[in-house]
Amino acid sequence: MTEAAAVAAESLAGSKARAARTVLGQVVLPGEELLLPEQEDVVRRCGDRLLVTKCGRLRHKEPSGGSSGSGGGGVYWVDSQQKRYVPVKGDHVIGIVTAKSGDIFKVDVGGSEPASLSYLAFEGATKRNRPNVQVGDLIYGQFVVANKDMEPEMVCIDSCGRANGMGVIGQDGLLFKVTLGLIRKLLAPNCEILQELGKLYPLEIVFGMNGRIWVKAKTIQQTLILANVLEACEHMTADQRKQIFSRLAES
Amino acid sequence: MTWFMQRGLDSETKKQLEEEEKKIISEEHWYLDLPELKEKESFIIEEQSFLLCEDLLYGRMSFRGFNPEVEKLMIQMNSKNKAEEVEDETVELDVSDEEMARRYETLVGTIGKKFVKKRDRANYEEDENGDVQPVKTKKMFLKPQD
Repeated sequence: MTEAAAVAAESLAGSKARAARTVLGQVVLPGEELLLPEQEDVVRRCGDRLLVTKCGRLRHKEPSGGSSGSGGGGVYWVDSQQKRYVPVKGDHVIGIVTAKSGDIFKVDVGGSEPASLSYLAFEGATKRNRPNVQVGDLIYGQFVVANKDMEPEMVCIDSCGRANGMGVIGQDGLLFKVTLGLIRKLLAPNCEILQELGKLYPLEIVFGMNGRIWVKAKTIQQTLILANVLEACEHMTADQRKQIFSRLAES
Repeated sequence: MTWFMQRGLDSETKKQLEEEEKKIISEEHWYLDLPELKEKESFIIEEQSFLLCEDLLYGRMSFRGFNPEVEKLMIQMNSKNKAEEVEDETVELDVSDEEMARRYETLVGTIGKKFVKKRDRANYEEDENGDVQPVKTKKMFLKPQD
């Protein structure tokens, strides 16, 4: 990490826009300007500049499928670490019902204001057939409206009207909070941590993109072990993790 | 209804008055006195969500059979993400073929009951072996023998 920081400091001293391709995987700091590949080859004044606003590593993903010949569609993003969640449309989150007022529930999702959830936004809910949701329940849902100007709104059904696993999360279990980066790491395809966890004992996990994880296992002790392991995963190296898992598997 | 729509006014005067009204209204409209801005082509789209960036798995998971419904969901949702078409493409039947055949067997009889008159209904109840057979013998008028 110190090497990457030194490189970043050097380039900042020059303070000119760097090509995004050369910076991939390195730490970028807020205020840096990046050039996209198109702007390199063709000298063009778009007037749009790409400024970095968060510090972290620059990542890139090629567009999959490759149907468009021009290669448009690649995604660049900054992989940063933060604990505070900002509601984003389409994200699946775990929320806690804090209030029930009239036709809507107020759900705390860890953002700046509670999200609203209509009682009709559950599978099979009608005006007569209300869902069984109490204050203090855990809800797994997704945002339909989430921008800086409006109160976030979430629902527990998808666009076809099916629940797809969303709705009230069952009894028991433990809810705890981790950083957003860890959630993304755990939900990445081929995540080793999850595969190893799954071999230990039967368990159920729900991941919310707002940094909240809910776990449930057969006994309270197992549940607590899970919670501790997941929270510690952030700061452990792969070797330490394997040691801990092997110790757990033995006991 | 403005005042020029009164009866008695000629159609010509009406038109003139309409045009005058429109002029007054359009002059009062505000407009920007700026030169036309060219729309800049931008190849950059800003996205807030991480869903496009990383192929994330579905958030609910269950291991070793703790919650079978969630395990079914896991397979469903993760295969949707990867867009792998199921090679078999067999539609899962809710009701098996045999059950359907059995249902249809009895269905004929139960629907047939609808069109049977009250007197014949008694015959249905006699045949209760699980199969309901429609009545074949129809009661005719018997001539009294002398």
